[in-house]
Amino acid sequence: MTNILEVKGLSAYYGPIRALFDIDFTIATGGVTALLGANGAGKTTTLRALCNMIRRTGTSVMAGQDISRKATEDIVRMGVAHVPEGRGTFAGLTVEENLRLAFHTRRDHAAARRDLELVFDYFPRLKERLKQQAGTLSGGEQQMLAISRALMLAPRLMLLDEPSFGLAPLVVQEIFRILRRINEHEKVSMLIVEQNAALALELADHVYLLETGRVVTSGPSSMVQNDETLRKAYLGY
Amino acid sequence: MEFLLQQIASGLTSGAIYACVALGLVMIYVSTDHINFAQGEMAMFATYIAWALIQAGIPYWIAFGLTILIAFTGGLLIQRFILKPLEHAPVLALVVCFIALLSIFNAIAGMLWSYTVKQFPSPFPIGDPTGHGLISYHQIGVVAVTAIMLGVLTIFFRFTTLGLAMRAAAQNPASARLMGVRVSWMLALGWGLAAAIGSVAGMMVAPIVFLDPNMMTGILIYGFAGALVGGIGNPGGAVVGGFVVGVLENLVGTYLIGNELKLTFALIIVVGVLILKPAGLFGRVNVKRV
Amino acid sequence: MAAITNSWATRRGIGALAILFWLAMAALPLLGKIYPSESFDYYMFMGQSMMVYAIAVLGLNLLTGFNGQISLGHGAFFALGAYVTAILMNDGNWPYWTTLPVVAIVCFGAGFLFGFPALKLESHYLALATFTLAIAVPQILKHKAIAGWTGGVAGLVLEKPDAPFGLPLSPDQWLFYFCLIVAMVLFWAAFNMLRGRSGRAMMAIRDHGMAAGTMGIDTSLYKTITFGISALYTGLAGALSAITVAYVAPDSFALPLSIAFLVGLVVGGISSLSGCLIGGIFLVLVQNWSQSLSDWMKSTFDLRYDVPSWAIYGVLLLLLMYVMPTGVAGGCGRLYRFITQRRAR
Repeated sequence: MTNILEVKGLSAYYGPIRALFDIDFTIATGGVTALLGANGAGKTTTLRALCNMIRRTGTSVMAGQDISRKATEDIVRMGVAHVPEGRGTFAGLTVEENLRLAFHTRRDHAAARRDLELVFDYFPRLKERLKQQAGTLSGGEQQMLAISRALMLAPRLMLLDEPSFGLAPLVVQEIFRILRRINEHEKVSMLIVEQNAALALELADHVYLLETGRVVTSGPSSMVQNDETLRKAYLGY
Repeated sequence: MEFLLQQIASGLTSGAIYACVALGLVMIYVSTDHINFAQGEMAMFATYIAWALIQAGIPYWIAFGLTILIAFTGGLLIQRFILKPLEHAPVLALVVCFIALLSIFNAIAGMLWSYTVKQFPSPFPIGDPTGHGLISYHQIGVVAVTAIMLGVLTIFFRFTTLGLAMRAAAQNPASARLMGVRVSWMLALGWGLAAAIGSVAGMMVAPIVFLDPNMMTGILIYGFAGALVGGIGNPGGAVVGGFVVGVLENLVGTYLIGNELKLTFALIIVVGVLILKPAGLFGRVNVKRV
Repeated sequence: MAAITNSWATRRGIGALAILFWLAMAALPLLGKIYPSESFDYYMFMGQSMMVYAIAVLGLNLLTGFNGQISLGHGAFFALGAYVTAILMNDGNWPYWTTLPVVAIVCFGAGFLFGFPALKLESHYLALATFTLAIAVPQILKHKAIAGWTGGVAGLVLEKPDAPFGLPLSPDQWLFYFCLIVAMVLFWAAFNMLRGRSGRAMMAIRDHGMAAGTMGIDTSLYKTITFGISALYTGLAGALSAITVAYVAPDSFALPLSIAFLVGLVVGGISSLSGCLIGGIFLVLVQNWSQSLSDWMKSTFDLRYDVPSWAIYGVLLLLLMYVMPTGVAGGCGRLYRFITQRRAR
């Protein structure tokens, strides 16, 4: 199996404070990898560092191309879609405008129009709200919009930052079901950061456990699921 | 009645000018989320360039086009070279930079072209179509030019993805980057367009108020008020706001309290409107979450 | 960010530095006794202006820096303070120092009242409303209906007071001390207010108004009172300016004055008490410097044109913002932390 992303010696900094310490990891093409760990372990930081949104060192290679020193927007244009913490909704734009933004980035408008239909297949609720200001959506709808926006970029790799954040359990289950379908049908590889470890372990096939900016252990999801000491120590259940 | 009509007509003319300036402010606001206090001085500077071109014997409309082009480039360069290092600075630091730009432009214009008042030609014929001295061709021309600019801008922001990307970049730069928008260039583009609009406003204003380095100061205040009354994020609203302020200023000055305090009263009325409708007449209130 | 600047402002070392600064200021007029010079009174006058501006900037800082309400119109409160003092001295023959309490009450009231419409307005809209104030006040002061008191466009000329109790000081030396004492009292009061409960409430409202409300802070009351206190400070600065300049006229309180306060605030450092002092000093120095820099450039580079001093002023501002976008106080704070962290390693 090939890897869509290979990361070596990734470190990241917030001002003078170092938040990541030489992290290595890989993401399998077509797979779902989860980054788990407690608050402040560096999960969100890892996603931000991958997209060069903060100061970082180390190399990241996506599908054979070095993206360590590229600007955020260029990494995105190469097929990395980042669904940020807090969803990053353009509150003042309508739902439709949020989605149509991808037409600015993409050249293949015909394919983008098809992707728009695809998004409505996955999230029919958004179609009902097209002309609504995105800031007025409910939390779950905003998360759906954020994922849809990412999908509109026709990504090869999706970085998902806590898709369950602040949502009702039922909504979370719905979103995770859709993520699974997206992974299977659209062949999008995923790197997912989650607090809800049980849920993420179900979706993911591979797991990295982070603690204070370092990788503690990694392996197939089943390994962590079956290892009670590991679960109790790092995931708290 | 005749007199009242005349006052309204003359209010509409100054309103058209304020609307022009307001459009430039809205342009910057929509594309960078800031209010550019140097907008008026940039427009004034561009008008001087147009004046110099016309003095050099270039026909009006060619000079007009050239000036717009120069202003656009100038605005772009200002963002690229002067403001780009400050993209992450606090808002008030930027305000101080705008004040700095304002004094630099004003001083350099004064140095190059002196503070003596100059005549600036109008591209429109002299005289008035009504025969009553109600409105001149230039005034009609100003209104028409403003309407055209408004139309172009509305189409640009509403219906083009570039316009959409510019709005997104201003609202939420981090998210815009994650959608592949080159935010920094969007800001530069916004400055270029705003400078271009400003130059048109300047060239429309100058035949009426004459050209001098301080010609835009008062007008900018009205333009600012107009933009806010209409809703600062809304080009159409800004134009209506500009007209409202223009007419209001004239009527208040003529019928209520005389010319000395008309600026003050017009502004107080504007603030009153804003207290009742905090997002402006046509502005949308953006939803806030804790 | 706010937490960092606040801890910086209240750190003990800075307290010692502040005391040292005020002592040094108090010793300054004595230099005139040791090295008598003709222009010494002018230097004293510059010192007075610095303190006047520092107080005015402090007033603005309380509102903008610590409470998050922007004002482009503090020149109006400055003018109000100056005119109240001038009219009381001119028409009422009040001694100059007795006017200060009246100014404090009047300006607090005016600011408090203006704070109510300001509650409804945010950021750009508040900027416009205060901007209106800055435009309106000089026009109102010129108006013929009240010219009997204000002296109209010509303004009022006042008498410069002599030093009391037969102190061996020139009027300018005495006024320097007078300004110094007022400034010290006002800075001390601001320091105490900011350090306590009300200061925390003000800053909480700045950082997140809605959240502050849910913590049980009466945001409307705090915002209007802050507006009042802010106007009180700036108004007192205006009163001192009327006394020290011994002249008031509407055009000296026009928009550029309000803009100058804002520049002083940002250059000195937002949300920083020491920044207000730096801002006040900067405002006075930059007026002198840009002109002399312009003259120097013309003679050194043999220019045909005068380099306009306003252009130099603008370039200076730009450079300052590049080097220290959080103002001189913020820049020094960063430098200090940088050095101490280096040493710790």
